[in-house]
Amino acid sequence: MDALFSQLFAGVSLGSVLLLVALGLALTFGQMGVINMAHGEFMMAGAYTAFVVQHVVSNAGLSLLIALPLGFLAGGLLGLLLEATLLRRMHSRPLDTLLVTFGVALVLQQLARDIFGAPNVDVRAPAWLQGAVLDTTIPKTRLFILVLAVVAVSLLALALKLTPLGRRIRATVQNRDLAEASGISTTSADRITFFLGSGLAGIAGVALSLLGSIGPTLGTNYIVDAFLVVVVGGIGQLKGAVIAAFSLGVVQATFEYSTTASLAKVLLLVAIIAFLQVRPQGLVALRTRSLA
Amino acid sequence: MNPALKTWAGFGGAAVLLFAVAPAALSDFRLNLLAKFLCLAMVAVGIGFAWGRGGMLVLGQGVFFGLGGYLMAMHMKLADAGPGGVPDFMLLYGNGVLPGWWEPMRSPVVTVLAILVLPAALALVLGYAVFRRRVRGAYFAILSQALAAAFALLLIGQQTVTGGTNGLNGFRSFFGYDLADPLNKQTLYYICAGVLLAMVAGVRLLMNSRYGELLVAVRDQENRVRFLGYDPALIKAGAYALAACFAAVGGALFTPVAGIISPADVGVVPSISLLIGVAIGGRATLLGPVIGSIAVSWAETGLSERFPSIWTYFLGGLFIVVVAFLPNGLASLTFRRRPSPATGKQTQPATSVDLPATSGGHP
Repeated sequence: MDALFSQLFAGVSLGSVLLLVALGLALTFGQMGVINMAHGEFMMAGAYTAFVVQHVVSNAGLSLLIALPLGFLAGGLLGLLLEATLLRRMHSRPLDTLLVTFGVALVLQQLARDIFGAPNVDVRAPAWLQGAVLDTTIPKTRLFILVLAVVAVSLLALALKLTPLGRRIRATVQNRDLAEASGISTTSADRITFFLGSGLAGIAGVALSLLGSIGPTLGTNYIVDAFLVVVVGGIGQLKGAVIAAFSLGVVQATFEYSTTASLAKVLLLVAIIAFLQVRPQGLVALRTRSLA
Repeated sequence: MNPALKTWAGFGGAAVLLFAVAPAALSDFRLNLLAKFLCLAMVAVGIGFAWGRGGMLVLGQGVFFGLGGYLMAMHMKLADAGPGGVPDFMLLYGNGVLPGWWEPMRSPVVTVLAILVLPAALALVLGYAVFRRRVRGAYFAILSQALAAAFALLLIGQQTVTGGTNGLNGFRSFFGYDLADPLNKQTLYYICAGVLLAMVAGVRLLMNSRYGELLVAVRDQENRVRFLGYDPALIKAGAYALAACFAAVGGALFTPVAGIISPADVGVVPSISLLIGVAIGGRATLLGPVIGSIAVSWAETGLSERFPSIWTYFLGGLFIVVVAFLPNGLASLTFRRRPSPATGKQTQPATSVDLPATSGGHP
């Protein structure tokens, strides 16, 4: 029973990390069809923000609280810059955005290497996040990330559902042309979406800095998994990403438990391809009349 | 000039360059380097076909490159170990027992067949399964990329049978020929050059065939092709399989030329890096991918040794500038001024792939 529980928690925890990483992607990919390979590097920017903040504010608890909004800003501003300079002229060819943003990712990685050095650096977790929860084996940092992911999703979902801005974003996702014809500025909706999505990457980066040391390639390790979450979840709605992230986390943890970590990745991919045979649009698909 | 004539003139020029000029002008070391670039260019030819002509953004060609390379490496390791022998690294990392699936690679014939058939068959099955359910565009790109990531992880994780991070290296002979002999190295270069030219000629024939026309039609208007009664999934899977086969052959030749194949050659980043040469040369052209890929490899060796940091900025910048502003590659700069109907067809933007009406999830 205990083994089962800790196994389950490992899966849920992995799922929450994936969710945090993929949430921003679900937003930018779903909204604009942009495949942002630099999303991982925005995470890295968030993680290094936590590192820098800790240099200035030595109190680990305080620095974490400062780093979260600053990381959001760091990621968001980078995203805004990317959107305004490059992506807005590439609306008609979403596939090409993948390669362009990969170039951006390469540049950002090398920038981090030149500024902070190639070796990984550590961010100290505050005292109240060290150790395990009560008398279980669950690390407090993992629980914190789980809570953070849930809060981030809830806030985002509420914002999309209730605010006028969220309505505009959803309208743009569902039917860009009609939204534009109804007087919604899709350009500004795009820009704000990209800011939010990239900012979430920054927050994910800050969270990841609690789990281990951070380096220039932090983003590359997560980006593929994050995209898989979005593919399985289906685009256009957050619900899909949430279910997909936790399912993938639990499934991968289960595979890892019964085989090895590397084999688990391959099995997971096979499972995803099999799943797409059944539901090619992902778990939660937006119903449209366009030709599939 | 007649476009067909022009193509074959370019082809002849390339043949002269590869077979006469390069061996005379380059040192043994440089020639071996060029052979390595030619192997990567083989992958590029396949990418050009699948991506430029077929509109499939193949992000995981490293998988097939690696399959070919590892199959060849397995054979060479076994040949070096002698009959009944076990490769040195297995004694080092594992229990020294040869796994059963290594056994067939003792035979050179089986190895060559496996290199030609296995990756292509894998791509055909995967491609058909995915395309049949109309998974395409970005989704397909992401899946192919995940494939590369998983394959690299698998190779690293199974150290006792794959050599792990170090990969397979230290080969002494290639089908019985001593690899230390410069003359054999030169022969290897000629083989690479010949295979590459054969691939280019093959793609040229395919491009102008009925199948080539269908492929472009699927790229530009998949639904219309479906309405006409064709199966776009099969057409696309075929091009994907061909690209996989080319990548595998490239990998198989790369291994003896470079003397090593490792997970660093097959993962996500090397797989995407293979694309940039194709993008620069012009993805939908015939010779563009070859020239672009060789040029990028050449620039990489020249720059990355002396200024590793600047090279990464340069590569990133190339991706950004070429894809964002010159989607048809540098070839579009020269062809733009004379858009004759025939060449115009070949330099047609491959960018109409994702018309709003066909982009699936993005209505």
